[in-house]
Amino acid sequence: MANYPADLKYTKEHEWARVEGNRARVGITAYAQEQLGDVVFVELPKVGAKVSQMKPFGVVESVKAVSDLFAPLSGEVMEINAELVKKPELVNQDPYGKGWMLVVAVSSPEEAKALLTAPQYEEYLAKGGH
Amino acid sequence: MTSSDGSLKRTPLFPVHVRAGAKMVPFGGWEMPVQYTGIIEEHRAVRRAVGLFDISHMGEFEVTGPEALAALQRLTTNDVATLEVGQVQYSLLCYPDGGIVDDLTVYRLAKDRFMLTVNAANVDKDWAWVSEHGGGARWRNLSAETALLAVQGPKAERCVQRLADRDLSGIRYYWFVEGRAAGVPTLISRTGYTGEDGFELYAAAADAERLWSALLEAGAPDGIMPVGLGARDTLRLEMRYALYGNDIDQTTNPLDAGLGWVVKLGKSDFIGRRAIEKVKTEGPKRKLVGFEMVDRAVARHGYRILKDGREAGVVTSGSYGPVVDKFIGVGYVAAHLSQIGSGIDVEVRGTPRGARVVPTPFYPPQVKKG
Repeated sequence: MANYPADLKYTKEHEWARVEGNRARVGITAYAQEQLGDVVFVELPKVGAKVSQMKPFGVVESVKAVSDLFAPLSGEVMEINAELVKKPELVNQDPYGKGWMLVVAVSSPEEAKALLTAPQYEEYLAKGGH
Repeated sequence: MTSSDGSLKRTPLFPVHVRAGAKMVPFGGWEMPVQYTGIIEEHRAVRRAVGLFDISHMGEFEVTGPEALAALQRLTTNDVATLEVGQVQYSLLCYPDGGIVDDLTVYRLAKDRFMLTVNAANVDKDWAWVSEHGGGARWRNLSAETALLAVQGPKAERCVQRLADRDLSGIRYYWFVEGRAAGVPTLISRTGYTGEDGFELYAAAADAERLWSALLEAGAPDGIMPVGLGARDTLRLEMRYALYGNDIDQTTNPLDAGLGWVVKLGKSDFIGRRAIEKVKTEGPKRKLVGFEMVDRAVARHGYRILKDGREAGVVTSGSYGPVVDKFIGVGYVAAHLSQIGSGIDVEVRGTPRGARVVPTPFYPPQVKKG
């Protein structure tokens, strides 16, 4: 079964954010990678780009499907996971660890209130997840 | 195409797939397994060892009688007269304007008895078509009562041989025998849609589960695994085999699609012939080509192909090729851009991404010829 760490915040589009001080690390959930199947391509913004809460910041493609990635929080992109270019399968293998996508300098910390906690996200999934 | 109540159809193996944990998706009106463990893993298992596919959603028609051959000669583009008893032929049904009704295989079961295997999503349309234009012969739609399993991969023969009461080593590519496998009456045909050696096994729907289980058991020492439609699609894409509804349809003619090899203009008249002859005389304006992405991007069905910023074609199939390990695709391009090495762009989410026309198949076929 997929797991949903309690220290993360979640979007209804199946991204997670781990707030680390004034920064947030971002990726997609175990549920998302399972629904996508084998990830073969991840398109991320450049370092320095601005992302906005619940606006697309990139794209993830599996063998069969293309999905937009939505930013859990607004801010400037400080780091991207360059390893995903060569090893997109890390998103499947370790969605909360080596499969991370961005680190964002959070511009509006209060936006975190709009995100789901782990129990809320699991409840959302239990109702169908969309 | 859905059942009369709008629900999706299921093959006799549906409960087996669900028990195996397959991810079930709608496909051509059917609820089918897209993957069991993962598309890439299943794809590689077929190229490396052997995979088992449920393709019972495909349709089967039988045509019999003294007029059967003449009816098929009128309906299909290939020359059925050259087909011997025990042999299979890839062919097309065309409209009078040369557009494609369906692609199919024709089995000669006896002098006056043939079987046609057609695409799942086209069964009703094809049945109406052959009923209207296949006059003089007796037609039966066996789709509902027939199961079809494919065993594909370098270890397919040894796996099926453990269950078959016939020697399979002598069956040539695109030939078949009728016998038993796991005690089940089965038509065993050396055909497939993967580019690997292998067989397609036709049996009664009621025997499907028995045959499926026996094949999984017999293939266990060889690492057999069930394979879903996801890998079936990437396997056929690496071969550049056409997929009806993606690469070919009622708007494409066989010559544009590179299927001239199954159009025999020298035989007696057939539906679509005049239109195809005209394309041949004038030369196709567009051609179906294989390409690989030069830039990192995934081409998908329906994406525009550009040349110097101008529209120059359309992608009909595209994905990651798990064994060629590249982003590959197939699409129609203007004839002057179709030569190998030609540089094109694929428009991916508004951005042109570089691609190059390459020789196909993308991966060398391993089928057992001769």
